[in-house]
Amino acid sequence: MKNIQKLFLFLIFPTILFANIEKELQTQFILAAPGDTIIIPEGIHQIRGTLSIEGKENLVIRGMGMNRSILSFSDQDIGAQGISITNCKNIILEKFTVQNSKGDAIKAQYVDGIVFRAVKTEWTGGPKKTNGAYGIYPVQCTNVLIEFSVAIGASDAGIYVGQSNDIIVRHSTAYHNVAGIEIENSFDAMVYANYTYENTGGILVFDLPDLVQKKGGNVHVYHNIVQNNNLDNFAPPGNIVGKVLPGTGIMILAANNVHIYENTIQNNKSIGTGIVSYFITEETINDSLYNPYTADIHVYNNVYEREVGFPTLDYEIGQLMAIKYGRNTPDIIYDGMQDPDVAEGLCIQNNLNAEFTNLDIEHNFEKWYSPFISNFSEDMSNHNCGVPHLSTLK
Amino acid sequence: MNTILGKSSIGFILLLSITLGENPLKYAKPKLSDYGFFIGNMADHIPRDGVLPYDVSAQLFSDYALKSRFIVLPNDEQLSYKLDGSFDFPRESILIKTFYYPEDFRKPKDNIRLMETRLLIHTPEGWMGFPYVWNEEQTEAILEIAGERMDASFIDQNGGKTKFEYVVPNFNQCKGCHVNQNRMIPIGHKVRLLNHEFDYNDGKMNQLKKWSMLDMIHGLPKLSTLPHTPDYDDPTDGSENERARAWIDINCAHCHRLGSPGETSGLFLNIEETDPTKLGIMKPPVAAGRGAGDRLHTIVPGEPEKSIMIYRMESTDPGIMMPELGRKLVHKEGVELVRKWIKEMK
Repeated sequence: MKNIQKLFLFLIFPTILFANIEKELQTQFILAAPGDTIIIPEGIHQIRGTLSIEGKENLVIRGMGMNRSILSFSDQDIGAQGISITNCKNIILEKFTVQNSKGDAIKAQYVDGIVFRAVKTEWTGGPKKTNGAYGIYPVQCTNVLIEFSVAIGASDAGIYVGQSNDIIVRHSTAYHNVAGIEIENSFDAMVYANYTYENTGGILVFDLPDLVQKKGGNVHVYHNIVQNNNLDNFAPPGNIVGKVLPGTGIMILAANNVHIYENTIQNNKSIGTGIVSYFITEETINDSLYNPYTADIHVYNNVYEREVGFPTLDYEIGQLMAIKYGRNTPDIIYDGMQDPDVAEGLCIQNNLNAEFTNLDIEHNFEKWYSPFISNFSEDMSNHNCGVPHLSTLK
Repeated sequence: MNTILGKSSIGFILLLSITLGENPLKYAKPKLSDYGFFIGNMADHIPRDGVLPYDVSAQLFSDYALKSRFIVLPNDEQLSYKLDGSFDFPRESILIKTFYYPEDFRKPKDNIRLMETRLLIHTPEGWMGFPYVWNEEQTEAILEIAGERMDASFIDQNGGKTKFEYVVPNFNQCKGCHVNQNRMIPIGHKVRLLNHEFDYNDGKMNQLKKWSMLDMIHGLPKLSTLPHTPDYDDPTDGSENERARAWIDINCAHCHRLGSPGETSGLFLNIEETDPTKLGIMKPPVAAGRGAGDRLHTIVPGEPEKSIMIYRMESTDPGIMMPELGRKLVHKEGVELVRKWIKEMK
C-alpha cells in the first residue's frame, strides 16, 4: 500500500509542482471531451494570459460561486480577453468571476448555445477609461442566455450582445459601466427583469453600419428597472458609445422593430427613453446597405419618474434641452427622423408620467438660438399607433 | 498527507482524462524527435528525404524571431492548386516551422538558440497546430500543448540588447490565427507568398517551379501568370504601397477578413480588399475600447499620428496592441513602413 502511495506521489508530484492553475485550466480546456465539466476551484487565481476554449461541444465551466471562484487578470500580459470562447456549441459558464482583464472580460464568438449563469465580470478600480471594453460579450453567436449575472465597470458595455440571434438577457445586474446592457445588430432578443443602475446609459439597442450582420430586430426590453444612470461617460473617445449622454435610461439608435414596455425608468437625468437615428452621431455613412433610421419602435406601459434637475450639460443636446426645458427635461425624446419608407416609425402608448418631445433635428439645431424658437414638439398624437395597449400600471 | 493526497487525486483525474478523453493529443507525438524529420544533430535541421525547406516572401512578425520552414507531404500525394491561389493539402501533410534567434543579429549564423518548433498537421479532423518547446541543451523539443513562457534576448543590428519574455502559443491560440469559416487553415501557403527563388542545396530555383518538378503540385497554372507578394523588408521588391499592403496582409488579415475573428470590427485588411472604408480609411472603430487610444479613425490619410492602426501597432499593452497575440515587441520597421504609407496617402 505504502509503495503504491509513493508511486502515486512520484507520478503526480511533478504535475502539482509545475502546475499553476492557469496552465492546468488551459490544459483542461484544450483536452476537454464533450460532456465534461471543468471546475474552477475556490479562491482568487492570478491568470496572466487569455484562457481559451476553442472548437468544443457540450462543456460546463463551473466555479464554486460568483464571489468564491475568481479569475484575476490584474497582471495579464498575453492576449486581450480574460476568457475567449470560439467556434463552440453548447457551452455553459457559471458561478465565477472574471476580474480586471486588459481587454474584454469574457468574449464568445461563433458559438451556438452559450450560457452565462451567475457569472460576474468586473474592473475593481471603479469606472475608468483604461478598463476593458466589454464584460459579458457574446458576438456572432446564436442561442445566447445571460442570467443571474453581474457586470461592473466596463468602459463600453457591461453586458454586450452583438451581431447575434436568439438572445435572452434576464435577472442580471449592470452598474458603473458606460452602457449597462447593449443589444447591437441582433435579432430576437428578450431583455427582461434586469436591474441597470449608475451607468452612463442603462440599456441600449443599437444598429451600426459597416458590420457583418447588417441589422437587428424583434428586440423586447421589458420589466427592467433602469435607475440613476447618471455616470459621466468614461468611454475612450472614438467609440460610438462615447456619444451616449450621461443620464440616459434606455436608448434606441437606428434600430428597427424594438418594443420597450413595462419598465421602471427612474431618475435618469437627461433622457428617460431616447429614440434616435444614426444621423445624430454626425458620422458619415459609407455603408450602402445600412438603414440609419429608427422604425417600428413601440414604447408603452412604462413608468417614468424623474427628480427635477438639469440634464447633462457636457453634451450639446443636453445644453439645448436645458435651455428649452430648464430643470424639467422630458422623459421620452425622439429625434424626429422618420424613415420615409415606413408608416409607423414610433408608437407611444400608456406610459405613466411620460413627458415627450420631438427634437426634429432635421430642422432645428442650426443656430444657437434654435432652442428658443425651434419647433420642438410635445405633441404625442402622431405616435398613438401600433397595437393598442391598455394601461396596466396605473 | 491528506492535503497532498487530495491534490494528487485531482491531478490523477486530469491525467486520466488525458489518456481516456477524446482529445487532440492522439494526433501528435510527445517529442519532436519522434517524427524523424531531421538527420544527424536535430538542432541543425538537416532534413531527411521528403522534408523540403521553403520560405514565404512576407512574414508574420514574431518578435524578430527567424524562422525555418519545411513541408512534408505523404507518399506520392500532391497539393492541388485552388483558383483563389491557395492549395488543398492531402491528409497527413505536415508543415514545420522552427523559431530561433542568433545571439547577435550582426552574425545571424552564430550561436543560434532554437525556441520552438510548431507543427501544423492535417489530421482527419482538419488542421491542428502543435507547439514543441526546445530544451536548453538544444537536443530535443517537447510538446507543450498549453504553451510556454521563456526568457529570451538578442543583440540587434545596431548592437543594442533586447531582453523580453518569449511566448509559445497554446494549442488553441494556434487556431486563433489560423482560422477561417471555423476551420483551421495554413496561412503562408498561397502561391503569391511562395512565388520567388529559394536557395536549395543544389542551387537557386523558384519554389513553385521546384515543387512542380518534384511533382508536389497538381493543376498549377503557368508560373508567369501567378502573382507575387513583395518582401516588405526589401525596398527593391514592389512599390511602397505594395510593401505596406503586404505587411498589413500577413500581419493582420488572418483575422481581419471575412470569415475570421476580426470581421466583427468590419475592418478587412486582406491584400485583395479595395473598399476604402473596409480598409479603415476614415472608419470609426466599433468595439476597440481603449484600443482606439483617443483617435477617431482607423486610418486618417496623411496623418499617421491620428490613425488608430499605428497606435495599436506601436503598443505592447495586451489590451491595446495588434495583433493581439504573438508579439511582445514592436516591429519598428513595420510601423515605419505603414506610417509612411499613411503619411503619403491622399
